[in-house]
Amino acid sequence: MPNMDPKKCPMPSQEPDVRNKNFQEVALGYTVEMAVQEAQRCLQCKNHPCRSGCPVDIDIPGFIAHVAKGEFEEAYKVIAQSSALPAVCGRVCPQENQCEGKCIRGIKGEPVGIGRLERFVADWYRENVHAKPEKPASNGHKVAVIGAGPSGLTAAGDLAKLGYKVTVYEALHVAGGVLMYGIPEFRLPKDIVQHEVEGLKELGVDIECNMVIGKVLTVDELLGEYGYDAVYVASGAGLPRFMGIPGESLNGVYSANEYLTRVNLMKAYQPGSRTPIQHSKSVAVVGGGNVAMDAARCAKRLGAETVYIVYRRGMAELPARKEEVEHAEEEGIIFKTLTNPVEVLGDENGWVKGMTCVEMELGEPDESGRRRPIVKEGSEFTLDVDTMIMALGTSPNPLIRSTTPGLDADRHGCLITNGPDGLTSRPFVYAGGDAVTGAATVILAMGAGKEAAAAIDRAIKEKYGEA
Amino acid sequence: MFTIMKRRELNPTVTEFWVHAPLIAKKAKAGQFVIVRAKEDSERIPLTIAGFDPEAGTVSIIFQVVGAGTMELNTLREGDAVHDFVGPLGKATEIEGLKNACVVGGGVGCAIALPVAQALHAQGTRVTGIVGFRSKDLVILEDEFRACCDDFIIVTDDGSYGQKGVVTAPLEEKIQAGANFDEVIAIGPLVMMKFVVRTTKPHNIKTVVSMNPIMVDGTGMCGGCRLTVGGKTKFACVDGPDFDGFEVDFDEAMHRGTMYKPFEAHARDAECNLLKQEVQ
Repeated sequence: MPNMDPKKCPMPSQEPDVRNKNFQEVALGYTVEMAVQEAQRCLQCKNHPCRSGCPVDIDIPGFIAHVAKGEFEEAYKVIAQSSALPAVCGRVCPQENQCEGKCIRGIKGEPVGIGRLERFVADWYRENVHAKPEKPASNGHKVAVIGAGPSGLTAAGDLAKLGYKVTVYEALHVAGGVLMYGIPEFRLPKDIVQHEVEGLKELGVDIECNMVIGKVLTVDELLGEYGYDAVYVASGAGLPRFMGIPGESLNGVYSANEYLTRVNLMKAYQPGSRTPIQHSKSVAVVGGGNVAMDAARCAKRLGAETVYIVYRRGMAELPARKEEVEHAEEEGIIFKTLTNPVEVLGDENGWVKGMTCVEMELGEPDESGRRRPIVKEGSEFTLDVDTMIMALGTSPNPLIRSTTPGLDADRHGCLITNGPDGLTSRPFVYAGGDAVTGAATVILAMGAGKEAAAAIDRAIKEKYGEA
Repeated sequence: MFTIMKRRELNPTVTEFWVHAPLIAKKAKAGQFVIVRAKEDSERIPLTIAGFDPEAGTVSIIFQVVGAGTMELNTLREGDAVHDFVGPLGKATEIEGLKNACVVGGGVGCAIALPVAQALHAQGTRVTGIVGFRSKDLVILEDEFRACCDDFIIVTDDGSYGQKGVVTAPLEEKIQAGANFDEVIAIGPLVMMKFVVRTTKPHNIKTVVSMNPIMVDGTGMCGGCRLTVGGKTKFACVDGPDFDGFEVDFDEAMHRGTMYKPFEAHARDAECNLLKQEVQ
């Protein structure tokens, strides 16, 4: 008999007033009892709509059935067939819009806590099973992956399992991409990311860090003298956008990318870190996405007394995950919605001392379908802050498209592909993740990696007449 | 392993490493830079490539000890390895078609002016080299410059070597005397580059400057290296590091460069009081 409790088993978490002063993980994870209980809420319905909501097509009812019976190792094996990074997805996927958003338990109550169960299974496996994965038999073909973020790692894992010799080229000094430099420790511990990366290495994937493709090697060299049969470009989002308002070059104005990279990748939050970061009193983060929430929550943890999220639309329009917004509110982040900065103000030494904002109201929907924010006349006011963090999205990195002849990009600089396959305008060159879509989510990037790996496999087998 | 094949002290605070990095050595061009981390927990610091030898597979960096990152780098000896070495990043200096160029270097910036002068010389450009230092004991790479410059002038602030004064004085003289440069390429402290531009602009001589702002990743991700050039936001790591000197907002760049000065000073004090006096 399923557990008919209309509510999810709550996630044990650090208290808001404790966690907003440390970088340890906020959500502590289910116990065995909680996981089994929650798994028993799954009705094992015939149509399993949850599965259609998963970009990497995990057999969700399948793994949950194992959890309900306490068979955690079997549950892990079901997830691992589809996902290279379950401990990551269980933590950072926007489940409310994906699997859980489709769960029929959600019609009359809360959906099954699929994300929490996925995280539980991945954590349980990491802590209890130390078996090395079997290296698949080689099929004699080589694929290069550019970028060791979620999309590249997913593609690498899938291709390695099919017997390809995969080399992942990473520009930074460590693999993981946004999982390392962007998402903070308190949401996604870095040793978990590295554990997932180690798992790929055990599958035979080579990861070469400090390699900026487009500079040290080109895509054409990889396909030519290096002998790769195909290349998957998963180089991620690129340079941060700024607003173009006066004062953005003052000291104390950061892009969210820079702020988060200093804090996460370079560990500026740790005492004794070599990486400088401004220790602010009052911070405004401009933007309303997950990156803005991450930056605001980092600033709070670094000791800022007041942290604002400044967003030009309303609370309902915030693009961030609901859970991230709730966590931020609990931790004391102040939401200044329907507010837009028009100028950054500097003191006599050229440091940020405040910003002039205007209030907004929402008008008719624009081309994105969201209601267009309009400035309220005469609503100017000043917000006293000593640091501003711009979390306004990114525009694609030019290094690969500018060094790969015949690789087409759109007017924004995003690589053009033929649809879900990820094939670009160049044969045997595939692309996916933020490099194609512009800044999006980890799981969408992973989904693209998965599709591209399958397409690359088909193309190579066809080329060698092995299909 | 990015092994340090050769280490040389050019003056009391300036050190040269030749690092084994064959892939980078093969691709490097004058004007490009690398990101270096001395040790596993060191900062990522951008350093312009000072030389490269594709056959030996080595790349040279020359750095002045100014903060924690360069201080840690300076503790490494010949035979040690730097933990990370990434490049060649940024765009190469555009030298094609130049017939008569003036290369102006200041202080440790001379280390990166040298490969530009050498590349110009190698393609047959007439090269005038003007280099400046604070005093005689800080002079670096004089022989190397002499070998690739058709005309070479050295100045020191205190007159302890060469002509007394700053680089803009001989530059102005040369221009007045009808040197007729196609282009001036200036590499050095921001204030020097600002005044080089102030010297060349009235004569409308195209002037390229090499910017070296604060960076974290150096690959087009963090946006820390942004500059205002011609009223637009540019990123030194992917759009530069060379820019049209007439368009660069030097005052803003100088101010942004001070953002972590207190942190750097603290790192120096914590490690070594002796070095303080040598650092500008």
